[in-house]
Amino acid sequence: MSSVEAPLRAKSVSSQVNIPKTELEKASIRFAGDSGDGMQLTGTRFSATSVMAGNDVITFPDYPAEIRAPAGTLAGVSSFDLSISSNEIYTTADFLSVLVVMNPAALKMNLQDLEKGGILIINSDSFEENDLRKAEYSENPLESGELNDYRVVQIPITKLTLRAVEETGLSHRDGVRCKNFFSLGVVQWLFVRSLDQTRDWIEDKFKNKPEIAKANVLALQAGYNYAITTELFQARYNVPPAVLPSGEYRQITGNQAFSLGCVAASLRSGLSLLYSSYPITPASDILHELAQYKNFGVKTIQAEDEIAAMSSSIGSAFGGVLAVTGTSGPGLDLKSEAIGYAVMAELPVVVLNVQRGGPSTGLPTKAEQTDLLAAMYGRHGEAPVPVLAPATPGDCFYMVLEAFRLALKYMTPVIVLSDGGLANASEPWIIPDVDQLPDLTSNIHTDPENFSPSNRNPETLGRNWAIPGTPGLEHRLGGLEKDIVTGEINYEPENHEKMVLLRDEKIRRIVKDLPPLELIGPEKNELLVVTWGSVFGPAFSVINELQTEGYPVSMLHLRHLNPFQEKLGEVLRNFKKVLVPEMNLGQLSRLLRAEYLVDAISFSKLQGRPFLISEIRNRVLEFFD
Amino acid sequence: MNIPVKPVSTVELSKADFVSKQTVRWCPGCGDYSILANVQKVMPELNIPRENIVFVSGIGCSSRFPYYMNTYGLHTIHGRAPAFATGLKVARPDLSVWIVTGDGDGLSIGGNQLLHMLRRNLDVNVLLFNNRIYGLTKGQYSPTSEQGKVTKSTPFGSPDMPLNPMLFALSAGATFIARTFDVDAKGMQEIFKEAAKHKGTSFVEIYQNCNIFNDGTFSAIYERSVREDRILRLKHGKPFIFGKEQNKGIRLNGLKPEVVDLRDGVNENELLVHDQYSRDRILANLLSGFDYPDFPVPMGIFRQVENSTYEEKIEEQIKSQIEKKGVGNLEKLLRGNHAWTN
Repeated sequence: MSSVEAPLRAKSVSSQVNIPKTELEKASIRFAGDSGDGMQLTGTRFSATSVMAGNDVITFPDYPAEIRAPAGTLAGVSSFDLSISSNEIYTTADFLSVLVVMNPAALKMNLQDLEKGGILIINSDSFEENDLRKAEYSENPLESGELNDYRVVQIPITKLTLRAVEETGLSHRDGVRCKNFFSLGVVQWLFVRSLDQTRDWIEDKFKNKPEIAKANVLALQAGYNYAITTELFQARYNVPPAVLPSGEYRQITGNQAFSLGCVAASLRSGLSLLYSSYPITPASDILHELAQYKNFGVKTIQAEDEIAAMSSSIGSAFGGVLAVTGTSGPGLDLKSEAIGYAVMAELPVVVLNVQRGGPSTGLPTKAEQTDLLAAMYGRHGEAPVPVLAPATPGDCFYMVLEAFRLALKYMTPVIVLSDGGLANASEPWIIPDVDQLPDLTSNIHTDPENFSPSNRNPETLGRNWAIPGTPGLEHRLGGLEKDIVTGEINYEPENHEKMVLLRDEKIRRIVKDLPPLELIGPEKNELLVVTWGSVFGPAFSVINELQTEGYPVSMLHLRHLNPFQEKLGEVLRNFKKVLVPEMNLGQLSRLLRAEYLVDAISFSKLQGRPFLISEIRNRVLEFFD
Repeated sequence: MNIPVKPVSTVELSKADFVSKQTVRWCPGCGDYSILANVQKVMPELNIPRENIVFVSGIGCSSRFPYYMNTYGLHTIHGRAPAFATGLKVARPDLSVWIVTGDGDGLSIGGNQLLHMLRRNLDVNVLLFNNRIYGLTKGQYSPTSEQGKVTKSTPFGSPDMPLNPMLFALSAGATFIARTFDVDAKGMQEIFKEAAKHKGTSFVEIYQNCNIFNDGTFSAIYERSVREDRILRLKHGKPFIFGKEQNKGIRLNGLKPEVVDLRDGVNENELLVHDQYSRDRILANLLSGFDYPDFPVPMGIFRQVENSTYEEKIEEQIKSQIEKKGVGNLEKLLRGNHAWTN
């Protein structure tokens, strides 16, 4: 095998006994294997260790829609990426420094992402003829020379794992399943990580299955020891702790942040929370998470379908609780009629939509931003709905609170657009101070004097919320047009027009209630890059680089998509060019063009994966040729 | 957290207290008027504060019902009343929730929602107005229309087999199943009161005449001159006897029910006896299959059994989790299990 010396962006080298330690600013690692190989778990554990070592860590799991595609096939490959850094990072790196593959299919699917000279750790036990055939290799890549550009480390992981766990008396099948911990042991050694934390975690996780716990610990230790004794690697790599803003941190994914945000909103509003949803990838974890929080008074319903999830949420909002539902693209379609009803009945409901590749079933486990126009316009009639989008996994927490704030104040459904990337990706997150969280006030009304369900706050136009159980406020809400004064059914043409305008005006008035726009960079410049949602990560990384290099480029990240914040038009017009990188065919750029008559240039990517830093960088540089 | 107690009315209410200001807009002569009047009549007798009563409906003629009740009400979207009611009742177990739906709303577009609400045994009352036709869209056949029904959308007769609402509810596990009809004030009132008292989903099918698009669809069954020979009034513990002269009965012949004439020397002891509290579904299943002209059509309570309710289970879980873990602490939750300081 080739031994091309790739520096892995090395800064300095310190030697220790035989194996030198190389200090790196950052590194990116991917664990790839079969869906059943436990790669997600391996990646999660390594990121937990890195977090404890003080690195900034961004993770990105990538898994197939099939739960267990036939073993060893290309369709069944599951992988977990993490970038670790001693500086703040905002997205995973474009190319990998280390790739661990458990079989030929994982090699084939992932090799293109490994940088030249990168470390390739291979489970050589799974490169038999049958394995190669399933991965559609006509020639063994270990022998064909196609890996010459990488530093290949072949390890018979399966055999070594079985030998390591022999003493536990585990069956062959259960023994083989420990091999992910063997590979983790190897990587932990490579990055100079202690095994203590992983060992504690295993012992806690499998406390009811002590023999499994023991076997996994043995496999982990065996992998670590194997790396020490065999001199497979020319160096070990140390990524020093990052200098992050000081505070107390935890690791969080977007879906966890959504769940915690819902619980926080419940406590800040004094209203109990009801989450009703139908299982759908990649949103189901929110239901799983919230279902555990019964001791916070959280009620969850696993509805019979998406329509029922939305409908029951609205029913609960009528009952006076904090109503929220979660879904992904196909579910948003099914919910749309009921969302329109919530617009008409003016009831507060938050809809968390974790976008995935579409249309139809599309790419269930991959990320896209293709639901923006559906969220804006995907209902019959004039049915305006506020739309928000978190920028990072941790931001999902704050966007849920913001969604509830608007829903309660303006008595309206609110759609929050996350995506499959944010949902599962994790980052270190500063734990918020509970007392600093916003208070959520609602329009609950109890006075029967001159009551009408159409009474509203003259400033916000938010309707009064009259809750069953309140004497003297008995009233009927419906999907039929209501009288602007009495709230009774009214089909008169002028009244209908007034009501359409009123519902529209109510959402427009939210503008006055939003924080000002925050430009990254000068407010007049050659180029403005406008982003929303998860594109924040790669775009911000690029803009940081380019601004340091002196390019006249600024960035604007939008978390409020309907209504847009004040002065957005003026801001856009201060730039000669406006570029909008989006994981769709130009949905935000279309809105900006329509709203402000500016030439917002769209830059699309629709591969179910986030933009690479280099992709955005190269596109931006085209403006400065 | 305590499981909310259903409040009892302390104010004496009358039928008039339940009449809303909204003008009733059903066609003159519609069976819905009589159902509305009887529901309003029964309401004060339930001793539930008016502000704790919510009527929820979907779309269709019958679904206009909540507008006419001076209680809280939600006129929702087509077929989804059971789902709205599920959210409402889980959020607010203290409320008395009534769902008004029809054969199209409840059994066609909303079949799934009704099925799952019945399965969960939510503590609500369902009034399903069955007129075997789509009225609000002006006369297309419905899922309960007989096969061959000629309507605007089926000029050569409907090819569909009709759905039996009682069998539908029964197979979904409904704990209270009853049938009544729109011209039987006494029967309706009795059943509405029983339905309200029942803990769990009470499913009441009401035969209702649409005098515009399906006039007389049930005349052969409940027209006054033939009624007593063609309906079987169910009474718990009483044998299945019917007929103007109370001379006909129903007994089992092997596994098959048969109509017998008591004047032919058949002893009353041989007849089937109604047991509405039977936990198995055999008798209710048999009754649900009785239809004119082979059998008299049963009216009354087919089945009434106790079971836990959906919202009660949720409340219990909350209570037991609080007992086990204490009331949730947000700061702790946000910190998680693996926090670190930078």
